[in-house]
Amino acid sequence: MRESHIALLRAASTEAKLLLIGIPVLVWTLLPIYHMFLFAISPKDSAFSGKLWPDHPTLRNFGIVFRQEHYFLHHFWEQLWNSLFIALATGALTLTIATGAAFAISRLKVKGGRTVMNLALFTYFIPAAFLAVPMYRTMGVYGLLNSQWSLIIAMVTIATPYAIWVLKQTSDNLPVELDEAAVMDGASPMQLFRLVYLPLIAPALVAIGTYAILLAWNEYLYAFLLLSKDTAITLPVALGNFLSADDSPWELLMTTGFVYALPPAAIYYAFRRYMVSGLTAGAVKS
Amino acid sequence: MASAVTLTEPESSVAADGARWLTPWQFWGIVLLIPYLIIFTFFVIYPIAYGFWTARHPHTYVALVQDPIFVRSVINTFLFLAIGINIKMFIALLLSGFFVQARWWIKWLSVLFILPWAVPSIPTILSLRFMLNPEWGVVNTLIFRFTGEDGPNWLNDPAIGLTMAVAVHIWKSLPFWTLILISGRLAISADLYEAASVDGATNTQKFKYVTWPSLRTLYLTCTILSMIFTLGDFNSVYLLTGGGPADLTHVLATLGIRYLRIDQVDMSMAAIVIALPAILPLVFYMMKRLAR
Repeated sequence: MRESHIALLRAASTEAKLLLIGIPVLVWTLLPIYHMFLFAISPKDSAFSGKLWPDHPTLRNFGIVFRQEHYFLHHFWEQLWNSLFIALATGALTLTIATGAAFAISRLKVKGGRTVMNLALFTYFIPAAFLAVPMYRTMGVYGLLNSQWSLIIAMVTIATPYAIWVLKQTSDNLPVELDEAAVMDGASPMQLFRLVYLPLIAPALVAIGTYAILLAWNEYLYAFLLLSKDTAITLPVALGNFLSADDSPWELLMTTGFVYALPPAAIYYAFRRYMVSGLTAGAVKS
Repeated sequence: MASAVTLTEPESSVAADGARWLTPWQFWGIVLLIPYLIIFTFFVIYPIAYGFWTARHPHTYVALVQDPIFVRSVINTFLFLAIGINIKMFIALLLSGFFVQARWWIKWLSVLFILPWAVPSIPTILSLRFMLNPEWGVVNTLIFRFTGEDGPNWLNDPAIGLTMAVAVHIWKSLPFWTLILISGRLAISADLYEAASVDGATNTQKFKYVTWPSLRTLYLTCTILSMIFTLGDFNSVYLLTGGGPADLTHVLATLGIRYLRIDQVDMSMAAIVIALPAILPLVFYMMKRLAR
Protein backbone atom coordinates (compact mmCIF):
# COMPACT_ATOMS: atom_id res chain seq x y z
CA MET A 1 0.00 0.00 0.00
CA ARG A 2 2.66 2.46 1.09
CA GLU A 3 4.75 1.72 -1.97
CA SER A 4 1.92 2.57 -4.37
CA HIS A 5 1.26 5.73 -2.40
CA ILE A 6 4.82 6.86 -2.85
CA ALA A 7 4.73 6.00 -6.52
CA LEU A 8 1.55 8.04 -6.90
CA LEU A 9 3.06 10.98 -5.06
CA ARG A 10 6.16 10.79 -7.20
CA ALA A 11 4.07 10.73 -10.39
CA ALA A 12 2.09 13.75 -9.15
CA SER A 13 5.26 15.68 -8.36
CA THR A 14 6.69 14.87 -11.81
CA GLU A 15 3.46 16.12 -13.34
CA ALA A 16 3.60 19.29 -11.23
CA LYS A 17 7.20 19.91 -12.28
CA LEU A 18 6.27 19.50 -15.93
CA LEU A 19 3.38 21.95 -15.49
CA LEU A 20 5.76 24.36 -13.80
CA ILE A 21 7.74 24.40 -17.05
CA GLY A 22 4.77 24.14 -19.39
CA ILE A 23 2.76 27.09 -18.12
CA PRO A 24 5.55 29.68 -18.39
CA VAL A 25 6.41 28.31 -21.83
CA LEU A 26 2.79 28.75 -22.92
CA VAL A 27 2.56 32.31 -21.58
CA TRP A 28 5.94 33.29 -23.06
CA THR A 29 5.01 31.87 -26.46
CA LEU A 30 1.57 33.38 -26.76
CA LEU A 31 1.98 36.74 -25.04
CA PRO A 32 2.90 38.96 -28.03
CA ILE A 33 0.54 37.08 -30.33
CA TYR A 34 -2.36 37.30 -27.89
CA HIS A 35 -1.63 40.99 -27.31
CA MET A 36 -1.83 41.54 -31.06
CA PHE A 37 -5.10 39.62 -31.21
CA LEU A 38 -6.55 41.66 -28.29
CA PHE A 39 -5.76 44.88 -30.12
CA ALA A 40 -7.41 43.56 -33.26
CA ILE A 41 -10.72 42.85 -31.49
CA SER A 42 -10.74 45.93 -29.24
CA PRO A 43 -12.51 49.21 -30.04
CA LYS A 44 -10.13 52.10 -30.55
CA ASP A 45 -10.51 53.75 -27.14
CA SER A 46 -10.28 50.65 -24.97
CA ALA A 47 -7.32 49.00 -26.65
CA PHE A 48 -4.84 50.29 -24.07
CA SER A 49 -6.60 49.28 -20.90
CA GLY A 50 -4.50 46.24 -20.06
CA LYS A 51 -7.50 43.97 -19.61
CA LEU A 52 -7.21 40.28 -20.41
CA TRP A 53 -10.38 40.39 -22.51
CA PRO A 54 -12.03 43.56 -23.88
CA ASP A 55 -15.44 44.58 -22.47
CA HIS A 56 -16.90 44.94 -25.93
CA PRO A 57 -15.03 42.74 -28.38
CA THR A 58 -15.66 43.80 -31.95
CA LEU A 59 -14.75 42.88 -35.50
CA ARG A 60 -15.02 46.51 -36.60
CA ASN A 61 -11.25 46.80 -37.04
CA PHE A 62 -11.28 43.99 -39.57
CA GLY A 63 -14.09 45.76 -41.43
CA ILE A 64 -12.06 48.97 -41.59
CA VAL A 65 -9.01 47.10 -42.85
CA PHE A 66 -10.88 45.10 -45.47
CA ARG A 67 -12.77 48.15 -46.74
CA GLN A 68 -9.51 50.16 -46.73
CA GLU A 69 -11.17 52.92 -44.69
CA HIS A 70 -8.07 54.51 -43.28
CA TYR A 71 -5.40 56.68 -44.82
CA PHE A 72 -2.74 54.03 -44.15
CA LEU A 73 -4.86 51.27 -45.60
CA HIS A 74 -5.79 52.72 -48.98
CA HIS A 75 -3.80 50.05 -50.79
CA PHE A 76 -4.37 47.15 -48.41
CA TRP A 77 -5.69 44.66 -51.00
CA GLU A 78 -3.10 45.68 -53.53
CA GLN A 79 -0.31 45.21 -50.99
CA LEU A 80 -1.73 41.87 -49.93
CA TRP A 81 -1.73 40.85 -53.58
CA ASN A 82 1.87 42.08 -53.96
CA SER A 83 2.92 39.95 -51.00
CA LEU A 84 1.12 36.95 -52.45
CA PHE A 85 2.45 37.41 -55.97
CA ILE A 86 6.04 37.88 -54.81
CA ALA A 87 5.81 34.87 -52.50
CA LEU A 88 4.35 32.60 -55.18
CA ALA A 89 6.78 33.77 -57.86
CA THR A 90 9.69 33.21 -55.47
CA GLY A 91 8.39 29.74 -54.66
CA ALA A 92 7.97 28.76 -58.31
CA LEU A 93 11.34 30.14 -59.44
CA THR A 94 13.20 28.67 -56.46
CA LEU A 95 11.69 25.26 -57.10
CA THR A 96 12.51 25.35 -60.80
CA ILE A 97 16.09 26.50 -60.38
CA ALA A 98 16.90 24.37 -57.34
CA THR A 99 15.35 21.15 -58.64
CA GLY A 100 17.31 21.40 -61.88
CA ALA A 101 20.54 22.16 -60.08
CA ALA A 102 20.08 19.40 -57.51
CA PHE A 103 19.28 16.87 -60.27
CA ALA A 104 22.35 17.91 -62.24
CA ILE A 105 24.63 17.70 -59.22
CA SER A 106 23.25 14.60 -57.56
CA ARG A 107 21.98 12.37 -60.39
CA LEU A 108 23.78 13.54 -63.53
CA LYS A 109 27.02 14.03 -61.58
CA VAL A 110 27.79 17.02 -63.76
CA LYS A 111 31.40 18.17 -63.76
CA GLY A 112 31.99 20.92 -61.24
CA GLY A 113 28.76 20.09 -59.48
CA ARG A 114 30.56 19.85 -56.17
CA THR A 115 31.99 23.32 -56.62
CA VAL A 116 28.57 24.73 -57.39
CA MET A 117 27.21 23.05 -54.26
CA ASN A 118 29.97 24.67 -52.22
CA LEU A 119 29.29 28.08 -53.74
CA ALA A 120 25.61 27.68 -52.91
CA LEU A 121 26.39 26.66 -49.33
CA PHE A 122 28.68 29.64 -49.02
CA THR A 123 25.84 31.91 -50.11
CA TYR A 124 23.53 30.25 -47.62
CA PHE A 125 25.91 31.14 -44.81
CA ILE A 126 26.31 34.81 -45.68
CA PRO A 127 23.95 36.59 -43.28
CA ALA A 128 21.22 38.01 -45.51
CA ALA A 129 21.38 41.38 -43.76
CA PHE A 130 25.02 41.75 -44.85
CA LEU A 131 24.14 41.22 -48.48
CA ALA A 132 21.23 43.66 -48.32
CA VAL A 133 23.03 46.94 -49.01
CA PRO A 134 25.21 45.55 -51.85
CA MET A 135 22.08 43.92 -53.29
CA TYR A 136 20.24 47.22 -53.10
CA ARG A 137 23.01 48.98 -55.00
CA THR A 138 23.22 46.14 -57.51
CA MET A 139 19.52 46.34 -58.24
CA GLY A 140 20.02 50.06 -58.76
CA VAL A 141 22.79 49.36 -61.29
CA TYR A 142 20.54 46.90 -63.13
CA GLY A 143 17.70 49.43 -63.09
CA LEU A 144 15.41 47.04 -61.23
CA LEU A 145 14.72 49.18 -58.16
CA ASN A 146 11.01 49.61 -57.43
CA SER A 147 10.21 46.68 -59.68
CA GLN A 148 8.73 43.73 -57.87
CA TRP A 149 11.09 41.51 -59.83
CA SER A 150 14.00 42.93 -57.87
CA LEU A 151 12.50 41.56 -54.66
CA ILE A 152 11.56 38.27 -56.30
CA ILE A 153 15.10 37.80 -57.64
CA ALA A 154 16.64 38.78 -54.31
CA MET A 155 14.43 36.26 -52.51
CA VAL A 156 15.26 33.56 -55.06
CA THR A 157 18.95 34.31 -54.55
CA ILE A 158 18.55 33.81 -50.81
CA ALA A 159 16.23 30.79 -51.01
CA THR A 160 17.93 28.69 -53.73
CA PRO A 161 21.15 27.71 -51.89
CA TYR A 162 19.30 26.01 -49.06
CA ALA A 163 16.77 24.56 -51.51
CA ILE A 164 19.53 23.03 -53.64
CA TRP A 165 21.23 21.61 -50.58
CA VAL A 166 18.10 19.96 -49.16
CA LEU A 167 17.07 18.60 -52.58
CA LYS A 168 20.57 17.30 -53.21
CA GLN A 169 20.57 15.50 -49.85
CA THR A 170 17.20 14.00 -50.68
CA SER A 171 18.25 12.87 -54.15
CA ASP A 172 21.53 11.41 -52.89
CA ASN A 173 19.42 9.04 -50.82
CA LEU A 174 17.45 7.73 -53.82
CA PRO A 175 18.65 4.31 -54.97
CA VAL A 176 20.96 4.39 -58.02
CA GLU A 177 19.23 1.29 -59.39
CA LEU A 178 16.23 3.40 -60.37
CA ASP A 179 18.34 5.48 -62.72
CA GLU A 180 20.06 2.41 -64.07
CA ALA A 181 16.75 0.73 -64.81
CA ALA A 182 15.49 3.85 -66.55
CA VAL A 183 18.67 4.09 -68.61
CA MET A 184 18.40 0.39 -69.58
CA ASP A 185 14.95 1.18 -70.89
CA GLY A 186 16.53 3.90 -73.00
CA ALA A 187 15.39 6.92 -71.01
CA SER A 188 17.00 10.26 -71.86
CA PRO A 189 18.22 12.51 -69.04
CA MET A 190 15.10 14.65 -69.25
CA GLN A 191 12.82 11.61 -69.21
CA LEU A 192 14.65 10.39 -66.14
CA PHE A 193 14.11 13.81 -64.61
CA ARG A 194 10.41 13.98 -65.38
CA LEU A 195 9.31 10.40 -64.91
CA VAL A 196 11.59 9.10 -62.17
CA TYR A 197 13.16 11.95 -60.30
CA LEU A 198 10.35 14.47 -59.85
CA PRO A 199 7.76 12.00 -58.49
CA LEU A 200 10.28 10.60 -56.03
CA ILE A 201 11.33 13.91 -54.50
CA ALA A 202 7.81 15.37 -54.46
CA PRO A 203 7.58 15.52 -50.63
CA ALA A 204 10.85 17.47 -50.46
CA LEU A 205 9.52 19.78 -53.18
CA VAL A 206 6.50 20.57 -51.01
CA ALA A 207 8.77 21.41 -48.08
CA ILE A 208 11.10 23.55 -50.19
CA GLY A 209 8.29 25.34 -52.02
CA THR A 210 6.70 26.19 -48.69
CA TYR A 211 10.05 27.32 -47.32
CA ALA A 212 10.61 29.70 -50.23
CA ILE A 213 7.06 31.04 -50.16
CA LEU A 214 7.20 31.74 -46.42
CA LEU A 215 10.66 33.29 -46.72
CA ALA A 216 9.41 35.78 -49.31
CA TRP A 217 6.09 36.43 -47.59
CA ASN A 218 7.82 37.16 -44.28
CA GLU A 219 10.67 39.26 -45.66
CA TYR A 220 10.91 42.81 -44.38
CA LEU A 221 14.46 44.14 -44.88
CA TYR A 222 14.84 43.49 -48.60
CA ALA A 223 11.24 44.47 -49.27
CA PHE A 224 11.61 47.89 -47.71
CA LEU A 225 14.97 48.49 -49.38
CA LEU A 226 13.94 47.45 -52.87
CA LEU A 227 10.34 48.69 -53.09
CA SER A 228 9.01 52.09 -52.19
CA LYS A 229 5.88 53.00 -54.16
CA ASP A 230 2.68 52.60 -52.09
CA THR A 231 1.19 50.44 -54.81
CA ALA A 232 4.28 48.25 -55.21
CA ILE A 233 5.24 47.51 -51.60
CA THR A 234 4.35 44.36 -49.71
CA LEU A 235 2.29 44.24 -46.51
CA PRO A 236 5.23 44.16 -44.06
CA VAL A 237 6.64 47.35 -45.57
CA ALA A 238 3.21 48.96 -45.28
CA LEU A 239 3.14 47.91 -41.61
CA GLY A 240 6.56 49.49 -41.12
CA ASN A 241 5.35 52.72 -42.76
CA PHE A 242 2.37 52.75 -40.42
CA LEU A 243 4.78 53.03 -37.55
CA SER A 244 6.62 56.10 -38.74
CA ALA A 245 3.50 58.23 -38.30
CA ASP A 246 2.91 60.02 -34.98
CA ASP A 247 -0.77 59.22 -34.76
CA SER A 248 -0.50 55.56 -35.77
CA PRO A 249 -3.82 53.80 -35.32
CA TRP A 250 -2.41 50.92 -33.32
CA GLU A 251 -5.53 48.81 -33.36
CA LEU A 252 -5.59 48.93 -37.17
CA LEU A 253 -1.88 48.20 -37.37
CA MET A 254 -2.35 45.15 -35.17
CA THR A 255 -5.40 44.04 -37.14
CA THR A 256 -3.51 44.28 -40.42
CA GLY A 257 -0.58 42.49 -38.81
CA PHE A 258 -2.87 39.75 -37.61
CA VAL A 259 -4.34 39.26 -41.08
CA TYR A 260 -0.82 39.22 -42.51
CA ALA A 261 0.39 36.65 -39.96
CA LEU A 262 -2.49 34.22 -40.51
CA PRO A 263 -1.55 32.68 -43.90
CA PRO A 264 1.99 31.63 -42.91
CA ALA A 265 0.70 30.14 -39.66
CA ALA A 266 -2.00 28.27 -41.57
CA ILE A 267 0.42 27.05 -44.24
CA TYR A 268 2.85 26.00 -41.59
CA TYR A 269 0.27 23.89 -39.77
CA ALA A 270 -1.08 22.45 -43.02
CA PHE A 271 2.37 21.28 -44.10
CA ARG A 272 3.77 20.66 -40.65
CA ARG A 273 4.57 17.02 -41.41
CA TYR A 274 6.74 17.94 -44.38
CA MET A 275 8.21 21.07 -42.83
CA VAL A 276 9.47 19.68 -39.57
CA SER A 277 11.06 16.58 -41.02
CA GLY A 278 12.16 18.21 -44.27
CA LEU A 279 13.59 21.42 -42.92
CA THR A 280 14.83 20.90 -39.39
CA ALA A 281 16.39 17.55 -40.15
CA GLY A 282 18.02 19.12 -43.17
CA ALA A 283 19.13 22.28 -41.43
CA VAL A 284 21.63 20.60 -39.18
CA LYS A 285 23.10 17.29 -40.15
CA SER A 286 24.54 15.69 -37.06
CA MET B 1 25.60 1.89 -71.36
CA ALA B 2 28.45 4.30 -70.91
CA SER B 3 26.08 6.73 -69.31
CA ALA B 4 24.96 4.17 -66.76
CA VAL B 5 28.56 3.67 -65.76
CA THR B 6 28.90 7.39 -65.32
CA LEU B 7 25.97 7.35 -62.97
CA THR B 8 27.09 4.52 -60.78
CA GLU B 9 30.74 5.44 -60.57
CA PRO B 10 31.18 9.13 -59.86
CA GLU B 11 34.83 8.62 -58.99
CA SER B 12 35.72 6.93 -62.27
CA SER B 13 39.21 7.38 -63.63
CA VAL B 14 40.53 10.58 -65.14
CA ALA B 15 41.00 8.81 -68.47
CA ALA B 16 37.24 8.33 -68.73
CA ASP B 17 36.66 12.06 -68.32
CA GLY B 18 37.49 12.79 -71.93
CA ALA B 19 34.92 10.29 -73.13
CA ARG B 20 32.31 11.56 -70.67
CA TRP B 21 32.57 15.11 -71.78
CA LEU B 22 29.40 16.26 -73.46
CA THR B 23 27.51 13.08 -73.26
CA PRO B 24 23.79 13.92 -73.10
CA TRP B 25 24.14 13.58 -69.34
CA GLN B 26 26.83 16.20 -69.04
CA PHE B 27 25.07 18.44 -71.51
CA TRP B 28 21.80 18.39 -69.60
CA GLY B 29 23.65 18.68 -66.33
CA ILE B 30 25.20 21.93 -67.50
CA VAL B 31 21.93 23.22 -68.91
CA LEU B 32 20.18 22.56 -65.61
CA LEU B 33 22.91 24.29 -63.63
CA ILE B 34 22.93 27.41 -65.77
CA PRO B 35 19.90 29.16 -64.17
CA TYR B 36 21.48 28.94 -60.75
CA LEU B 37 24.87 30.05 -62.07
CA ILE B 38 23.24 33.10 -63.65
CA ILE B 39 21.59 34.02 -60.35
CA PHE B 40 24.84 33.39 -58.51
CA THR B 41 26.96 35.47 -60.88
CA PHE B 42 24.68 38.48 -61.14
CA PHE B 43 23.19 38.59 -57.65
CA VAL B 44 25.87 37.14 -55.40
CA ILE B 45 29.26 37.65 -57.07
CA TYR B 46 28.49 41.05 -58.52
CA PRO B 47 27.10 42.56 -55.28
CA ILE B 48 30.01 41.18 -53.27
CA ALA B 49 32.54 42.54 -55.76
CA TYR B 50 30.67 45.83 -55.81
CA GLY B 51 30.79 45.92 -52.01
CA PHE B 52 34.53 45.33 -51.87
CA TRP B 53 35.09 47.90 -54.59
CA THR B 54 33.05 50.51 -52.69
CA ALA B 55 34.97 49.80 -49.50
CA ARG B 56 38.43 49.84 -51.10
CA HIS B 57 39.76 53.11 -49.68
CA PRO B 58 41.77 52.82 -46.46
CA HIS B 59 40.45 56.13 -45.19
CA THR B 60 36.95 54.64 -45.04
CA TYR B 61 38.19 52.19 -42.44
CA VAL B 62 39.90 54.95 -40.48
CA ALA B 63 36.64 56.90 -40.43
CA LEU B 64 34.74 53.77 -39.49
CA VAL B 65 36.94 52.84 -36.55
CA GLN B 66 36.77 56.43 -35.32
CA ASP B 67 32.97 56.42 -35.45
CA PRO B 68 31.74 55.80 -31.88
CA ILE B 69 28.51 54.34 -33.26
CA PHE B 70 30.47 51.65 -35.09
CA VAL B 71 32.46 50.79 -31.96
CA ARG B 72 29.25 50.66 -29.98
CA SER B 73 27.65 48.39 -32.61
CA VAL B 74 30.56 45.97 -32.45
CA ILE B 75 30.23 45.76 -28.67
CA ASN B 76 26.46 45.37 -28.97
CA THR B 77 26.83 42.64 -31.58
CA PHE B 78 29.27 40.80 -29.37
CA LEU B 79 26.97 41.02 -26.35
CA PHE B 80 23.96 40.10 -28.47
CA LEU B 81 25.70 36.96 -29.74
CA ALA B 82 27.44 35.91 -26.52
CA ILE B 83 24.41 36.35 -24.28
CA GLY B 84 21.57 35.70 -26.70
CA ILE B 85 22.86 32.51 -28.28
CA ASN B 86 24.07 30.85 -25.11
CA ILE B 87 20.85 31.53 -23.23
CA LYS B 88 18.79 30.47 -26.23
CA MET B 89 20.66 27.23 -26.85
CA PHE B 90 20.66 26.36 -23.16
CA ILE B 91 16.90 26.89 -22.87
CA ALA B 92 16.41 24.95 -26.10
CA LEU B 93 18.42 22.08 -24.62
CA LEU B 94 16.27 22.06 -21.48
CA LEU B 95 13.00 22.46 -23.36
CA SER B 96 13.86 19.67 -25.79
CA GLY B 97 14.04 17.43 -22.72
CA PHE B 98 10.63 18.73 -21.66
CA PHE B 99 9.00 18.23 -25.05
CA VAL B 100 10.11 14.62 -25.48
CA GLN B 101 7.99 13.67 -22.44
CA ALA B 102 4.98 11.68 -23.57
CA ARG B 103 1.91 13.64 -22.40
CA TRP B 104 -1.13 14.65 -24.39
CA TRP B 105 -0.91 18.25 -23.21
CA ILE B 106 2.78 18.52 -24.01
CA LYS B 107 1.98 17.43 -27.56
CA TRP B 108 -0.54 20.27 -27.79
CA LEU B 109 1.87 22.72 -26.26
CA SER B 110 4.56 21.76 -28.76
CA VAL B 111 2.15 22.61 -31.59
CA LEU B 112 1.53 26.09 -30.12
CA PHE B 113 5.19 26.49 -29.25
CA ILE B 114 6.08 26.67 -32.97
CA LEU B 115 3.98 29.81 -33.51
CA PRO B 116 6.71 32.43 -32.98
CA TRP B 117 8.79 30.75 -35.64
CA ALA B 118 5.84 30.23 -38.01
CA VAL B 119 4.48 33.79 -38.03
CA PRO B 120 6.28 36.74 -39.61
CA SER B 121 8.49 38.91 -37.42
CA ILE B 122 7.05 42.31 -38.03
CA PRO B 123 3.55 42.05 -36.48
CA THR B 124 4.74 40.26 -33.36
CA ILE B 125 7.72 42.55 -32.81
CA LEU B 126 5.50 45.60 -33.27
CA SER B 127 3.07 44.06 -30.80
CA LEU B 128 5.90 43.76 -28.26
CA ARG B 129 6.93 47.29 -29.01
CA PHE B 130 3.42 48.46 -28.12
CA MET B 131 3.45 46.43 -24.95
CA LEU B 132 6.59 48.27 -23.89
CA ASN B 133 5.40 51.74 -24.84
CA PRO B 134 6.07 53.84 -21.73
CA GLU B 135 2.78 55.77 -21.83
CA TRP B 136 0.19 53.46 -23.33
CA GLY B 137 1.79 50.05 -23.24
CA VAL B 138 0.16 47.27 -21.27
CA VAL B 139 3.32 46.61 -19.24
CA ASN B 140 3.54 50.07 -17.77
CA THR B 141 -0.24 50.27 -17.39
CA LEU B 142 -0.08 47.20 -15.18
CA ILE B 143 2.95 48.47 -13.28
CA PHE B 144 1.05 51.68 -12.58
CA ARG B 145 -2.06 49.85 -11.49
CA PHE B 146 -0.24 47.65 -9.00
CA THR B 147 2.44 49.97 -7.65
CA GLY B 148 1.06 53.43 -8.41
CA GLU B 149 4.39 54.33 -9.95
CA ASP B 150 5.44 54.92 -13.53
CA GLY B 151 7.29 52.04 -15.12
CA PRO B 152 10.66 52.46 -16.82
CA ASN B 153 10.95 54.05 -20.22
CA TRP B 154 11.76 50.63 -21.66
CA LEU B 155 13.04 51.15 -25.16
CA ASN B 156 14.53 54.56 -24.47
CA ASP B 157 17.19 53.02 -22.30
CA PRO B 158 19.96 51.48 -24.42
CA ALA B 159 20.67 48.67 -21.96
CA ILE B 160 17.02 47.66 -21.59
CA GLY B 161 16.43 48.18 -25.29
CA LEU B 162 19.22 45.82 -26.27
CA THR B 163 18.14 43.29 -23.65
CA MET B 164 14.63 43.37 -25.07
CA ALA B 165 16.02 42.90 -28.58
CA VAL B 166 17.88 39.82 -27.33
CA ALA B 167 14.64 38.61 -25.75
CA VAL B 168 12.79 39.13 -29.03
CA HIS B 169 15.47 37.21 -30.85
CA ILE B 170 15.18 34.34 -28.37
CA TRP B 171 11.39 34.41 -28.56
CA LYS B 172 11.50 34.19 -32.34
CA SER B 173 14.14 31.51 -32.86
CA LEU B 174 13.85 29.34 -29.75
CA PRO B 175 11.22 27.02 -31.33
CA PHE B 176 13.46 26.24 -34.30
CA TRP B 177 16.48 25.21 -32.20
CA THR B 178 14.30 23.34 -29.73
CA LEU B 179 12.83 21.34 -32.62
CA ILE B 180 16.28 20.42 -33.86
CA LEU B 181 17.45 19.36 -30.41
CA ILE B 182 14.23 17.36 -29.98
CA SER B 183 15.00 15.46 -33.17
CA GLY B 184 18.52 14.98 -31.83
CA ARG B 185 17.18 13.54 -28.58
CA LEU B 186 14.69 11.30 -30.37
CA ALA B 187 17.55 9.84 -32.40
CA ILE B 188 19.18 8.50 -29.21
CA SER B 189 18.37 4.83 -28.79
CA ALA B 190 15.84 4.12 -26.03
CA ASP B 191 17.87 1.04 -25.11
CA LEU B 192 20.58 3.25 -23.67
CA TYR B 193 18.13 4.87 -21.27
CA GLU B 194 16.67 1.52 -20.30
CA ALA B 195 20.09 0.13 -19.59
CA ALA B 196 20.87 3.21 -17.51
CA SER B 197 17.62 2.78 -15.55
CA VAL B 198 18.43 -0.86 -14.87
CA ASP B 199 21.78 0.25 -13.47
CA GLY B 200 19.90 2.65 -11.19
CA ALA B 201 21.04 5.90 -12.84
CA THR B 202 19.41 9.14 -11.71
CA ASN B 203 18.04 11.62 -14.23
CA THR B 204 21.12 13.79 -13.87
CA GLN B 205 23.37 10.82 -14.52
CA LYS B 206 21.30 9.82 -17.54
CA PHE B 207 21.74 13.29 -18.95
CA LYS B 208 25.44 13.37 -18.20
CA TYR B 209 26.34 9.93 -19.50
CA VAL B 210 23.73 9.22 -22.19
CA THR B 211 22.06 12.39 -23.50
CA TRP B 212 24.90 14.89 -23.50
CA PRO B 213 27.55 12.72 -25.19
CA SER B 214 25.09 12.07 -28.04
CA LEU B 215 23.94 15.67 -28.35
CA ARG B 216 27.28 17.41 -27.89
CA THR B 217 28.25 17.64 -31.56
CA LEU B 218 24.76 18.68 -32.61
CA TYR B 219 24.70 21.30 -29.86
CA LEU B 220 28.00 22.77 -31.05
CA THR B 221 26.90 22.81 -34.69
CA CYS B 222 23.65 24.50 -33.71
CA THR B 223 25.52 27.11 -31.70
CA ILE B 224 27.79 27.98 -34.61
CA LEU B 225 24.98 27.98 -37.16
CA SER B 226 22.96 30.14 -34.81
CA MET B 227 25.86 32.60 -34.54
CA ILE B 228 25.85 33.04 -38.30
CA PHE B 229 22.07 33.45 -38.42
CA THR B 230 22.04 35.79 -35.42
CA LEU B 231 24.71 38.02 -36.98
CA GLY B 232 22.18 38.64 -39.73
CA ASP B 233 19.25 39.25 -37.40
CA PHE B 234 18.10 42.63 -38.59
CA ASN B 235 14.48 42.51 -37.48
CA SER B 236 14.86 41.96 -33.74
CA VAL B 237 16.82 45.16 -33.29
CA TYR B 238 15.55 47.34 -36.10
CA LEU B 239 11.85 46.78 -35.58
CA LEU B 240 12.05 47.05 -31.80
CA THR B 241 14.40 49.95 -31.10
CA GLY B 242 15.26 51.14 -34.61
CA GLY B 243 18.85 51.33 -33.35
CA GLY B 244 17.87 54.09 -30.95
CA PRO B 245 18.02 55.85 -28.60
CA ALA B 246 20.80 57.96 -30.14
CA ASP B 247 22.01 55.03 -32.28
CA LEU B 248 23.17 53.22 -29.14
CA THR B 249 21.51 49.84 -29.80
CA HIS B 250 22.69 49.16 -33.34
CA VAL B 251 24.25 45.83 -34.23
CA LEU B 252 26.27 45.07 -37.36
CA ALA B 253 23.16 43.86 -39.17
CA THR B 254 21.36 47.19 -38.73
CA LEU B 255 24.41 49.43 -39.00
CA GLY B 256 24.66 48.92 -42.76
CA ILE B 257 21.15 50.30 -43.20
CA ARG B 258 21.92 53.26 -40.97
CA TYR B 259 24.96 54.22 -43.08
CA LEU B 260 22.91 53.73 -46.21
CA ARG B 261 20.25 56.11 -44.84
CA ILE B 262 22.80 58.86 -44.25
CA ASP B 263 24.31 58.16 -47.68
CA GLN B 264 27.62 56.68 -46.52
CA VAL B 265 27.53 53.50 -48.55
CA ASP B 266 31.30 53.03 -48.33
CA MET B 267 31.05 52.94 -44.51
CA SER B 268 28.19 50.51 -44.78
CA MET B 269 30.29 48.12 -46.87
CA ALA B 270 33.42 48.65 -44.78
CA ALA B 271 31.52 47.67 -41.64
CA ILE B 272 30.78 44.31 -43.25
CA VAL B 273 34.28 43.82 -44.68
CA ILE B 274 35.76 44.46 -41.24
CA ALA B 275 33.52 41.78 -39.77
CA LEU B 276 34.57 39.14 -42.31
CA PRO B 277 37.60 37.76 -40.41
CA ALA B 278 35.21 36.84 -37.61
CA ILE B 279 32.50 35.38 -39.84
CA LEU B 280 34.44 33.47 -42.49
CA PRO B 281 35.94 30.84 -40.16
CA LEU B 282 32.41 30.03 -38.95
CA VAL B 283 31.15 29.86 -42.53
CA PHE B 284 33.94 27.53 -43.63
CA TYR B 285 33.45 25.33 -40.60
CA MET B 286 29.75 24.97 -41.42
CA MET B 287 30.48 24.38 -45.11
CA LYS B 288 32.86 21.58 -44.23
CA ARG B 289 30.24 20.01 -41.99
CA LEU B 290 27.38 20.24 -44.46
CA ALA B 291 29.17 19.59 -47.74
CA ARG B 292 29.87 15.95 -46.96
